[in-house]
Parts: sequence; C-alpha cells; structure tokens
Amino acid sequence: MKAFATLLASLALCGCSDGIFDPHGAVGVAEKTILLNSLFIMMVVGAPIILATLLFAWWFRASNRHARYLPYWVYSGRLEVIVWVIPGLVVLFLGGIAWIGSHDLDPYKPLQSEREPLQVEVVSLDWKWLFIYPEQQVASVNELVVPAGRPVHFRLTSATVMNSFFIPQLGSQIYTMAGMATELNLIADQEGTYHGLSAQFSGDGFSDMHFEARAVSDADFIAWARAAATVGPPLDAQGYQQLLKPGTEPTPHTYAAVAPGLFDTALMLPMQASAAPHAPEN
Amino acid sequence: MFGKLSWSAIPLHEPIPLITCMVIVAIIFGTLLLVLLKGWAPYLWKEWITSVDHKRVGVMYFLLGFIMLLRGFSDAIMMRSQLAVAYNAPGYLPPDHYDQIFSAHGTIMIFFVAMPFVIGLMNFVVPLQIGSRDVAFPTLNSVSLWLTASGVLLVNLSLGIGEFSRAGWLAYPPLSELSFSPGVGVDYYLWSLQISGIGTLLSGVNLVTTILKLRAPGMALSRMPVFSWTALASNLLIVAAFPILTATFAMLLLDRYLDFHFFTNELGGNPMMYINLIWAWGHPEVYILILPCFGVFSEVISTFSSKPLFGYRSMVMATMVICVLSFMVWLHHFFTMGAGADVNGFFGIMTMIIAVPTGVKVFNWLFTMYGGRIRFTTPILWAVGFMVTFVIGGITGVLMAVPPADFILHNSLFLIAHFHNVIIGGVVFGAFAGYTYWFPKVFGFKLHEGWGKAAFWFWFFGFYVAFMPLYVLGGMGMTRRMQHYDVAAWKPYLVVAALGAVLILCGIVCHIAQLVVSIRSRHRLADLTGDPWDGRTLEWITTSPPPVFNFAVLPNVKGEEAYWGMKQKALAAGQLAEEPIYEDIEVPRNTPTGFVTAFFSTITGFALIWHIWWLVCLGLLGAFLTFVRFAWRNEDEYRIPASEVARLDRERRRTRSAVIASGSIE
Repeated sequence: MKAFATLLASLALCGCSDGIFDPHGAVGVAEKTILLNSLFIMMVVGAPIILATLLFAWWFRASNRHARYLPYWVYSGRLEVIVWVIPGLVVLFLGGIAWIGSHDLDPYKPLQSEREPLQVEVVSLDWKWLFIYPEQQVASVNELVVPAGRPVHFRLTSATVMNSFFIPQLGSQIYTMAGMATELNLIADQEGTYHGLSAQFSGDGFSDMHFEARAVSDADFIAWARAAATVGPPLDAQGYQQLLKPGTEPTPHTYAAVAPGLFDTALMLPMQASAAPHAPEN
Repeated sequence: MFGKLSWSAIPLHEPIPLITCMVIVAIIFGTLLLVLLKGWAPYLWKEWITSVDHKRVGVMYFLLGFIMLLRGFSDAIMMRSQLAVAYNAPGYLPPDHYDQIFSAHGTIMIFFVAMPFVIGLMNFVVPLQIGSRDVAFPTLNSVSLWLTASGVLLVNLSLGIGEFSRAGWLAYPPLSELSFSPGVGVDYYLWSLQISGIGTLLSGVNLVTTILKLRAPGMALSRMPVFSWTALASNLLIVAAFPILTATFAMLLLDRYLDFHFFTNELGGNPMMYINLIWAWGHPEVYILILPCFGVFSEVISTFSSKPLFGYRSMVMATMVICVLSFMVWLHHFFTMGAGADVNGFFGIMTMIIAVPTGVKVFNWLFTMYGGRIRFTTPILWAVGFMVTFVIGGITGVLMAVPPADFILHNSLFLIAHFHNVIIGGVVFGAFAGYTYWFPKVFGFKLHEGWGKAAFWFWFFGFYVAFMPLYVLGGMGMTRRMQHYDVAAWKPYLVVAALGAVLILCGIVCHIAQLVVSIRSRHRLADLTGDPWDGRTLEWITTSPPPVFNFAVLPNVKGEEAYWGMKQKALAAGQLAEEPIYEDIEVPRNTPTGFVTAFFSTITGFALIWHIWWLVCLGLLGAFLTFVRFAWRNEDEYRIPASEVARLDRERRRTRSAVIASGSIE
C-alpha cells in the first residue's frame, strides 16, 4: 500500500519534465499558457459542480431526515436563467481566447523576430523523416538541426500516407499530406535536444518514426551544415528512390548535396498518374 | 472459384489468434450442442430469433453488446499489457498484429458495443414509455438487429480467416487505400460496417416513426418523458448522419474495388475529403450514443431522488440544441490540417457552444437531486459516478476545442483519455445504469444489489486508474497507436494504466457474477408489482415482464409523468380506476425474415471481401427472395381475444389493488 502511494506521488511529480508542459520555444510557451488558462477557467466552473454533486448526493440521501424534502420543486425561472447564462458566459470568454489564439498561433503565421527564418523542407516517408535545407543545399534523415533563437519556417509534405510533424517541446504540430504542402513556423529558444515524432498513425513502422531535433548555436549550425556538405552521398534521384522504400532508419544520416527542387518534385509526384513514384528529374 | 480465399488465410503460424479462434469456436459449438441436447432450439427459434417483439429485440441488442464488450475489452487489455512491457523492447505483439488490435478495439467498442447497448435500451423502453404496443415496423426492427449481428459476425470472422484492418477505427485514407493496405483487413472493416450501418439506419427510421406517430392518447410531445426525447434526438441524428457514413464508405470501396480515385494520393484524389466526411458522421455519432444515456440518467436521478426532473423544458431544449449543433463541429477533429485561423476559430467556438446545453443538463440533474430523498441503489451510483466523471471529460474536451491547445494535444494520449472519459463515464455508465434500472421490467426480477455495487466501484476506480495516467502521458508528448517506445519516463504511467485495465476487468467479472447470482435468486428478487422503484413513467404501469401487447388498454395520458399522476390518484382514492372495456388486440406474427436476410447479407459480405463473385450474386439473390417472400405474406398479425387480455389485466389489477390498499407502492 505504501509502495503504491509512493508510486502515485512520484508519478504526479515527474509528469512535467519533457513534453508540452516543459516548452523550449515561443510557440510552445504560448500554447502551454493558453492550455493552462483554459484549464483554470474550466475548473472554476467544473470543480464546484463536482463538489456540489457529491455534496447534494450525500446530504439528500433518503436516510437523512434533517434534509429538506421538496417533492414538488421542479422549476425556478431564476435558476433556469442562471444555468443557461453561466456556461454561456464561460464559453463567451473561452471563445474569445480560442479565436484570438487561433489567429495568433496560426501555424502559417511568421514568427516575430529580427532574424530571417531558416528554411527547412520536410518530407514524411515510410517510416522516416527527410529534412531538406534548400539554402544550405544539404539534407538529413531523422535528424533535424536548427539554430537556437532563430525562427524556422517549415514547408511540409508527404511522399506516402498522412503523418503529423510534431516536436512537443517546441509547440504546434501539423499534418503532412501527399500532394499538398503545409507550413509551420517554430522557434527553439534554447539550445538542446528535443524529441520529435509523427503524431498520426502511418502503418507498421510508425512507432519508430521519431527523430531528434537539436537546437544549436549559430556557429555550430554553420559547422554542422558544412560538415554535412562534405560527408555522405548526394541526395539524387537514386538516393530518393532508396528513401521511398518502406522501412525505418535507426541511425540518422545526412546528404552532401540535394537535387534542387526535390521538395517540389516530391510534392507533385502523387499528382501524376503513376502509382509508384518515379525518380525526380534533374 | 474462391477468389482470394485460400488456406493461407488461416493464421496457423500465429499462436495468439489461432488459440483465440479455437477457444471461440469451442465455446460456440459447446453452446450449440447444449442448446440442441437440452431441446432449447425450437424455443429459441420461435420465441427469440424470429421474434419481432420490440422488447425481445431490445434484449438481444443488449446481449450482443455485452458479448462484444468482452471481445473489445480483450483487445484493450492486450494493448495495455503490450505497452506496459514495450519500453525499448518489441513486446509480445508485433506491429501488424498490434495495429489490428487497436483498429478492432475502436471499431467494436463504438459500433458493436456502445451502439447495441444504446439501441437495445431505446428499443425496449421507448414504446413502453410512450404507451405504444410496439414499434412502427416490427419486422424491420428484427431485420435491423440481425443486420447488426451480421456485421459483428464478419468482424469476428476476420480473427480466424484473413486479417482485420490495420488502419485505425476510422480507416483514414490513403493508408486504407489499396496501395497501402492491400490485404482484406480494410474490406472486412468496410463491409461489416456497411451491413450493420444499414441496420442502424433502419432502426433509426423505425424509432423516429414510432415516437412521432405511435404515442398513447394524450401523450403530447410536451409530456413525453425525457428518455424518449433523447431517443428521438438520437434517432433523428442516426437518420441524418448514417447515410453520410454509408456514402463515404461506398466511395472508399469504389476506390478499392473499381480503381476509383476519390481519396487516393494520385489522379486528383483527395484523402482529406474522406476525413471531412467521416467526421461529418463521426461527431453526430458521439451524440447518438450519449444523448440516450443523458436520458437514462434523467430518469434514474429523478426516480431515485423521488422527485420530478428539474427543468423539464430546459432539458428538452438542451437535447434538441445539442442535436442540431452536433452537425456543426466536425472540423475540431483535425485542427492540425492547416485549414487556417478563421476556420479553426469558428469550429473551436462552435464546439464550445455545444458545451452550454450540456452544462445546463448537469445543472438540472444537480437541482433534481436538491431537495430529494435519494435512495442509493446501483443505478443512482452509476448516475452520480457519471456526473463526476463526465464533468472532467467535458472540461478536457473544451480544452481541446481551443485550437492552439489542440495543436499540442492532438492525437496524443490526452485525447485518448478524453474520449474514454466521456464514453466510459457517459455511455458505458449510462448503459449500465439503464441496464440495472430496467432489468426488473424486462425479466420480472431485480438484479443483485451487492454485486452491482461492486461492479460500479471497480469500473469507477478502474476508469480513473486506467485513464488519468493517459492524460499525463499526453502532456509528456506521447502519441496514440504506438506499439513500442523508448522514453523511460512514460513507462511507469503505462504500467499503472494496465493495472487500471485489470480493475475494469474485475468490474466486468462482477457484472457476470451479478447476472448469475440474480438468476439463481430470482424468486427472492422478484418484482411482483411491476413498479419496483416507485417509478414515474408509463413503463412501470404494466407488469414485469410486460405482456406481448405491453398495455391491455392504451393509457390515457393527462400530464407530464403520466404514471405518477395515475398512481397518486389511485393512492388518494385507495383504489384503482374503474376496469376498462377490453378489446381484441392484434399482434404482429414472428417471422424469420430478419434472420434469413442477415444470413444472406453475411454471405454477400464475406464473398465481397474475398472477391468470390458467384457467391456475391447468390447472397444478393437470397436476400432479395427473402424480401419477396416476406412481401407476399398473407397474415402478418394474429389476434389475442379480449377475454385473454382481460384475464391478464385483471391479474395485474389484483396485485396493484393489494398494493394500493396497503397505502404505498413499494
């Protein structure tokens, strides 16, 4: 029994490390704040209801002869107004939060920053993530490296079924869908390594479809991009064909060069008639 | 000859499904053998399988739901135990098997547990509550039941012959398309739901017609009990929403069978259209399930608080507002699609607005208890447990209606915890409350209280232990449908959740024990008066169990709480109202139409799944001929003579008079 209590206590405490309650980026922080504020507002109404339920059920038990019995009390206009108005007001308030939050934290909306966002293109494959850095002309699989403190603008698509690109500690997730490009703006405020994953089931290899998102200093990012450009094979038509084959990638790796426009080719491929995607031109 | 079907479809090399199948087959054959040896077969055939009596159809629906609860729960406990051990390890269920399990769990629990529970309750109670002799189309009712059973059979056949879908309970394309799911799993999913979906739609048409057209004299809509109101709302939703499901699945079937491109990646197909359509059905569906349960709680709380329901008109209004609004919130299931801030904001707010009438209902239940004299029987325990649990589920639901919050909670275990919170806390608790509450009316004896209370406490705490850790895991960024994981911090929570599933298992065992114990002591628990709980609505005026025609004379309703009014009058006068004039009653004949139709539907579905085209033709022909045979029937009703009606009703009046004379109904 004591062991069980200790377990429960430890569970309650360690729940806040990593994940969405320990955000490391402006987007994640804002979303956590909205979530907690909404929770607080709802609890203001919800907690008294739960307490009142238990209290009424206990006090008005049939054996309690001190309780008043009001067998004909079935209507009260004043109470009717109150029971419609209280939830109505809460929703009015929360609805404002939802509307404003929905606009402020629209994944497509560029983040406010003095620095130009880094461009990263994301392609979900069976069952791995391809990250293309068009400016640096490099690419990586299952490893996302970004400079801390600089906004990142993602363009995302899928070469296969639908997935959802999600780094819980940085904030918003967004679907990747074949033949469609979505956009997402995120920022990592501090250097660190964050867990990234697909949040939309995509088949048998789904559980291994996670990656490390590393936020590093500007200098380290430049060094990483330079190093990537010198080691590893280029990502050409053949390499992309290899990636398209279903399978997981336990070890992240990089590509020294990327065929220009690969993302747009990946985006357009499903539109074409062939069922099996073929090699991108050039 | 046999299409895609071959011996390789039998999972001979996979021990878990193989052993499960052998056990199931052994149980089925054992039961059949017992039925045959004991000579029960003619009774079952004449009195149950071919029955068109809404009461028996309702009972069979509920039984079907309970059996499938065992199947769906086995899936659940396998998933929870897999995740309890799958930290940095493959666990004991490989992904292809695990993916089938979670797909089957969701499909079975919604379509073949929750739906039969709710439809079963409505079938049994609604005609009694509105003072009708049967539903509007009794034979159609039997067809609905057996088509649902046909869907159940197909889903379970997939255990032993072939495989089930691995694409989740809603089979999102493009994953469910032929290029990514070439096996028969998705076809099993689609055809079983198409067939049972037709059954559900027919059942909806039937009950809507019944409620609108067959109410007893004087039972204006404004006097109808709240359970019947919620049943009306729920069935209107069925009629409006299920065609969307059928059409959506039809398009996916065209994609898979005839190379159409509605939802494919290629040739201009758009999978997102499917996601919109499926949720245009899917969100009303959750209200189809929960509204009748709200009705159950309204009846239970009012009866056991010994008070009329507080704010009847508010309750009815709230029900109908939910009914309409439920069609305007579907997009909240995919805020993360990137639809844009205005669209997300609109659907977020609409979703919150639907919380207003729900909140009103909770307040009205509270005020019903206020000033009451609450008798703590099992049904009211479920009701109070529901109010506490459902408020928590409602709160977490509203949180996810805020788009920016949903961006970090979407598809996480927080979501899983939320919808189990409302479905277990709302629908399952509601079904069990209704089950305990109306059981004496169905069978003439009460259920054992002790075992019922034990079942409640195990379910109640089991739910919290199983799902509160999932809320935390969602906060820690764990997403749904993972087969293994490598985050150490998640493991303790998953172990606790698995323990919770074991507690729920104890709850289910208590339910079975309760049923066995109650049957054995049925004489001690007998309900002789027909009104065991001091009820307020019309179903309690007739005997337990009711005669096949429900009411010897249709009751004449003079106000809300029809039966309560009559009872008070009789108690004041010290005697029953004068004996009415009895007349002959026409009752629909039993017919095997439903059973035979479903038999051919099963064959058709199975043949379609395995591409056995000649068998498809045969099955369809059989179903059509069954219909023709039924349409050509000569006599569809038989007459119960007035003398027999009088005899039965005088017996009822004798017991009632004795009770009235003693001054109190209990």
